[in-house]
Amino acid sequence: MSTTAPGRAVGAPLDRIEGPQKVTGRASYAYEHDVENPLYLCPLQSDIALGRVARIDATDAEGLPGVIAVISHQNAPTLANTDDKELAILQSDEVAFRGQYIGAVVAETFEIARHAANLVEVSYDEEPHDAAFRPDRNDLYTPDQLNAGFPTDTEEGDVEGALSSAAVTLDETYTTPLEHNNPMEPHTSVAVWREGDLTLYESTQGAHAVRRTVARIFGLDRDRVRVVALHVGGGFGSKGLPHANTILAVMAAQVVEGSPIKFALTRQQMFSCVGYRTPTVQRIRLGADESGHLTATSHDVVEQTSKIKEFAEQTAYATRSMYASENRSTTHRLAALDVSVPSWMRAPGEAPGMYALEVAMDEMATKCGLDPIEFRIRNEPEIDAETGLPYSSRNLVACLREGAERLGWEDRDQTPRARREGRWLVGTGVASGIYPVFRLPGSKARIRSEGDGRYVVEIGAVDIGTGTWTALTQIAADALDVGVEEIDLRIGDTELPSASVEGGSSGITVWGSAILEAARVFRERHGDNPSEGDTAEAGTPDNPETENYSMHAFGAYFAEARVNEDTGEVRVPRMTGVFAVGRVINAKTARSQFIGGMTMGLSMALHEESMLDPRFGHVVNHDFAEYHIPTNADVGEMDVAWIDEDDPYVNPMGSKGIGEIGIVGSPAAVANAVYHATGIRVRDLPITPDKLLL
Amino acid sequence: MDAEVILDVDGTEHSITVDTRTTLLDALRERLGITSPKKGCDHGQCGACTILLDGRRANSCLALAVAYDGSEIVTAEGLAQNGELHPMQRSFIEHDGYQCGYCTPGQIVSAVGMLEEVRAGWPSHVTGELNVEEVVLDDDEIRERMSGNLCRCAAYANIVPAIREASER
Repeated sequence: MSTTAPGRAVGAPLDRIEGPQKVTGRASYAYEHDVENPLYLCPLQSDIALGRVARIDATDAEGLPGVIAVISHQNAPTLANTDDKELAILQSDEVAFRGQYIGAVVAETFEIARHAANLVEVSYDEEPHDAAFRPDRNDLYTPDQLNAGFPTDTEEGDVEGALSSAAVTLDETYTTPLEHNNPMEPHTSVAVWREGDLTLYESTQGAHAVRRTVARIFGLDRDRVRVVALHVGGGFGSKGLPHANTILAVMAAQVVEGSPIKFALTRQQMFSCVGYRTPTVQRIRLGADESGHLTATSHDVVEQTSKIKEFAEQTAYATRSMYASENRSTTHRLAALDVSVPSWMRAPGEAPGMYALEVAMDEMATKCGLDPIEFRIRNEPEIDAETGLPYSSRNLVACLREGAERLGWEDRDQTPRARREGRWLVGTGVASGIYPVFRLPGSKARIRSEGDGRYVVEIGAVDIGTGTWTALTQIAADALDVGVEEIDLRIGDTELPSASVEGGSSGITVWGSAILEAARVFRERHGDNPSEGDTAEAGTPDNPETENYSMHAFGAYFAEARVNEDTGEVRVPRMTGVFAVGRVINAKTARSQFIGGMTMGLSMALHEESMLDPRFGHVVNHDFAEYHIPTNADVGEMDVAWIDEDDPYVNPMGSKGIGEIGIVGSPAAVANAVYHATGIRVRDLPITPDKLLL
Repeated sequence: MDAEVILDVDGTEHSITVDTRTTLLDALRERLGITSPKKGCDHGQCGACTILLDGRRANSCLALAVAYDGSEIVTAEGLAQNGELHPMQRSFIEHDGYQCGYCTPGQIVSAVGMLEEVRAGWPSHVTGELNVEEVVLDDDEIRERMSGNLCRCAAYANIVPAIREASER
């Protein structure tokens, strides 16, 4: 492991601490925990989108050698809490969406379980379902609030009046498709239920959150449930909230008490029950005066939720404070369908919402006869108009200027379809991004002296690829003023102090603050030469500055697009991203987060679309052959930089969180580059070749 | 139906009885406890399960164990010898060619196998001239030849220089 001088770890580009384990494949993911004589679970999923299970005949399956149990609503354990309808599986014969779990086969091997699942005969009383998402439905409704507790609608000033008197106006509709997170490691569980104690090795973004949920649903004492998640193979939101697969695994473990249950979703099953990004239809109206200052901003969103559980993505949230505009309104309306439950996917709200707003801003810049960077700078707000608070720091303009220089924006001919290399049309595009600094509650850290200047630092956080192992070690080292080699970090286990979910880009910021506070208390109590065993524990302290400042991370995104005139193929040979995210904890892993987010945005722009067939209610293209994410050859040069930003208000580390800002403006930058290359404005993602062949 | 197979994995011989429906990937992971190759899709679409199978990179999820009796398998774990990481592994760490690490063993095995293919003069889709003695391994060649290994964290922009540097060592 690398070493650092005391007090010098934060900011250093340290290699990942768990690197040797990951590059050899020895890092242990949930499904890989060694358990004796495991049993394998294969789920039974509904073939209809609405109705009831009339009959389940498991005779043939049960007769297959090696089959231990077939579980369905007829014999499943009764759950202690069924409030959450996504999680209350096998409690009745009702089917609420296609692919919902209606049972499970448990067998001695994976092969037998799968074979047996195919032998279970299910018949249904089918009812007419409704899985067609359209913005012109007459049953759209207004949710009480949005994800993360934001208000559903907002209105400031007189948007209609300002639009009617504006010198320049825009009124366009943008759409983003249904998308699936698809972390490389599927959702997996190994569940062991023994004498009333449950141990769950789980692929999750929040070990403690899984423990809380599972304990509640099964009526167990929290201290009898242990959740372990040492290494997690990505999540991007889908592993943020426990889904029904976890409940099914625990239920089976309860049925076969004593034997470990192993359950890994197949890639196909990942498209039915672990959340997704809702499709959105977004109408944006902008008004500006002669000088290119926005006078009106209106963002109206229609999106989807499930009839059994509401998820209301905060798609227009970012629009509320992004630009100076006296008159503003935002609305969100939902179509409740017989479909599975949408959930978090990297930058829920900001990713689809800022795609629409930032393409609209590009269009508006053209209408105003302004360079798109100049247009954005002209509409840079003094304060956060939504809250009336000043920004703790807002360096978007610096990001735009730095990015422009890196990309060579100065020489850009604004005329679309002006640059050609052979059969390739070439263009560049820009977009801005914003992401709030979330502070999730409930994290604590514990520090114990090992003697000899070494310290054990414990917090039940997780590393889903975000660099938690390394970044928290760096934070702890500086907090205790020792080298990183003196820190023995322990995470990924509910035996350790409580930690919030890795979500909203808040992990390092919130957990790191808890570690800083624990170190402060430790030194206060035990001094600089503690005895072995001296311990201190502390939680993330309150930050009174959240009342005084609006706290957000910002980014500027640039892309070069090359579009083949004959085939419509889009290539993106280079992207530049410049970010203002406060203090960067680890320059190496942070850069990886940014390129990862930017590439996922490129993917959103060009590749990703889950096709839900409304006739049957399921996603048809449910594998990597048909649900496209970028391969290595789809990604070019990724140029990443960040502004040296000192924000004393966000937290003692000065860090804002970086997991999601990378994706936010990326799709719009690509879309705007495609427009500049071709002169064709595609407003419906993804930008597939057919949309460019006119 | 069961069958006896002998597999040499990372230099150790294993004799196991497998269900004839068992893939090489499941034989390694579930029967032998060798979890370096990962299961990402089970359909040969993601490359997380890549192993060197008798010297060539292969998706172990698409191979039935019974069909590879007597074969020699190298996983990412086996690339490290006597506690020393393989140069490709060191390069992935230095360039941060990964985040969550789940596709990583497959990426690394694939990269090692790919370099052998280049040394053997095999052209790829982006190789301009097919009848050359020596393929020049530029970044586009690396990108093309590594496109069977998906990375959802999207570390591609770090994987390419990691492989380039390891190939020059």
